[in-house]
Amino acid sequence: MRHHRHTMLRTIGLWMLAAGLAAPAWAAPPKDPLDSPAWPAMAERYLAGKEVRFDNAVRVLIPDSAEDPLAVPVHVDASALGDVREILVFADLNPITTILRYEPTARVKPAIGFRFKIQQATPLRAAVRTGDDVWHLGGGWIDASGGGCTTASAASGSGLWKDRFGEIDARLWTPAPNQRRLRVQLIHPMDTGLAGGIPAFYLEELDLVDADGTKLAHLQTFEPISENPMLSFDLAGHGKVLLRGRDTQANRFAVTVSP
Amino acid sequence: MRRLAGLLAAASLALAAGHPLAAPYDYRLEPQAVGDGTWVFIGTLELFSRANGGNIVNTGYIETPAGAVVIDSGPSKQYGEQQRALIEKRTGSKVARVYVTHAHPDHFFGDQAYADVPIHALPVTCAGIDANGEALANNLYRLVGDAMSGTQTLTPQPLAASGRVEVGGRTLRLITLAGHTDADLAVLDEKSGTLYAGDLVFAHRTPTTPNADIAKWLAALDQLEAIPFKTLVPGHGPVLKGPAAIRETRDYLRWLDAMLKEAAARGLDLPEIAELPIPARFRDMALLREELSRSAAHLYPKLEVQALKRIKPDPQ
Repeated sequence: MRHHRHTMLRTIGLWMLAAGLAAPAWAAPPKDPLDSPAWPAMAERYLAGKEVRFDNAVRVLIPDSAEDPLAVPVHVDASALGDVREILVFADLNPITTILRYEPTARVKPAIGFRFKIQQATPLRAAVRTGDDVWHLGGGWIDASGGGCTTASAASGSGLWKDRFGEIDARLWTPAPNQRRLRVQLIHPMDTGLAGGIPAFYLEELDLVDADGTKLAHLQTFEPISENPMLSFDLAGHGKVLLRGRDTQANRFAVTVSP
Repeated sequence: MRRLAGLLAAASLALAAGHPLAAPYDYRLEPQAVGDGTWVFIGTLELFSRANGGNIVNTGYIETPAGAVVIDSGPSKQYGEQQRALIEKRTGSKVARVYVTHAHPDHFFGDQAYADVPIHALPVTCAGIDANGEALANNLYRLVGDAMSGTQTLTPQPLAASGRVEVGGRTLRLITLAGHTDADLAVLDEKSGTLYAGDLVFAHRTPTTPNADIAKWLAALDQLEAIPFKTLVPGHGPVLKGPAAIRETRDYLRWLDAMLKEAAARGLDLPEIAELPIPARFRDMALLREELSRSAAHLYPKLEVQALKRIKPDPQ
């Protein structure tokens, strides 16, 4: 089954590649080590106009296969690269490909942990843009039995959000001086809009701000992020962190997490 | 042309008769003696694959003058059919009954081969097979492919309960436990001292935890160790004399539980768990990395949330 699907998508991919050749000049993306049928389309959509390198310095921890298609754990760490401006995470073959966009400042480790909903076997990629405007890519294939994106939160999930919508559980660890690990869970259904009769409703923005008001990082999250998002961040410095979030219906979330 | 027509005719006949067109999968089942009149079919120490047809599991049977008592029917209809044919050929009589130890797909999907035989299982096991059978079958078709041909869910009946039962003059003790799943049945053959432990016990193979409750599982292992048995048939892995496999399973589960709790208390993210050191004594267990990653996915989400604190919203 998987083989047949790949063949079909590869045909579409080739067609897109052919279309791309006639498009305005930008360097053709390098050959995809993951051999994804959607790579030319992904490269054009997300990375066009900039240099693209597949780079082992982008560490992406993922399982080989999705034990729970509603919550596939991912941890991206690009700290081996200097001067990271942006981490963009996408899944080539998910019905909604964009998962998150993270913009850490220099006071934040360019690393993030999260869970996402998978619909079928797909490459999961972290594209990391450095100050010299180069995209560094890491990632791998995740196998899946599917159904993560078209399953309604109410039918499949914990249903916690009905009673506890907007509540935040969090904790700030200090594993070493000048190092903070922040873990946050927001109770939110994160509906994709792909389940019948349930409109898209998800967390869109989250700012991390230091106690003195300095902005630490900006995160944009998209539909594939799992219900009740569980996020992990690594920050420099010490003391409290303020979280300021907003969802697609303009609900605002604001907490202060103390060590 | 004539040959093609013949093939087409055969194909449509096969379709009409409801037979799968896929070639039959030969499981090459060979029973091994455990004790006096007790037998086991040993599966491979692998994950489900097309090559192994899903035969990653131990099943078994107990001979009685009234026919054999089968413990678990295996991962597919074809497995169940081949298992039953072999048992009935060797014992010379119809299988008397089947016990399904728990509601995991490698243990009950051979039930169709025993549609005319009482298939006993615990009430929670029957409910689980009823509720999840179709999803489990779909996933096995995806992983195993053709060997699953024709396999459908058959909910066991009648219900089993703990206590002694007699079949053909042979006394079996049914032990109702939980922990690997919500309901785990162990069967002791008193005459031979053979304990069929189901998946409460793994030997030299990393335990699986998709529906596990570790605290209940550890309590179940203590109960199993208190039973006077000679030889233990684990759900997966070799048959061992005495309680060695119980102790191995307990040792691993205790370590797993403590390791995950410590990781949650330190604020680790789920994928970082795979990077933690594993004690040398577990390194020879089959599928260690694979199952550890799966177990973290099953068990960590609850533990990591317990390690967080509810934060009051800031005034806006």
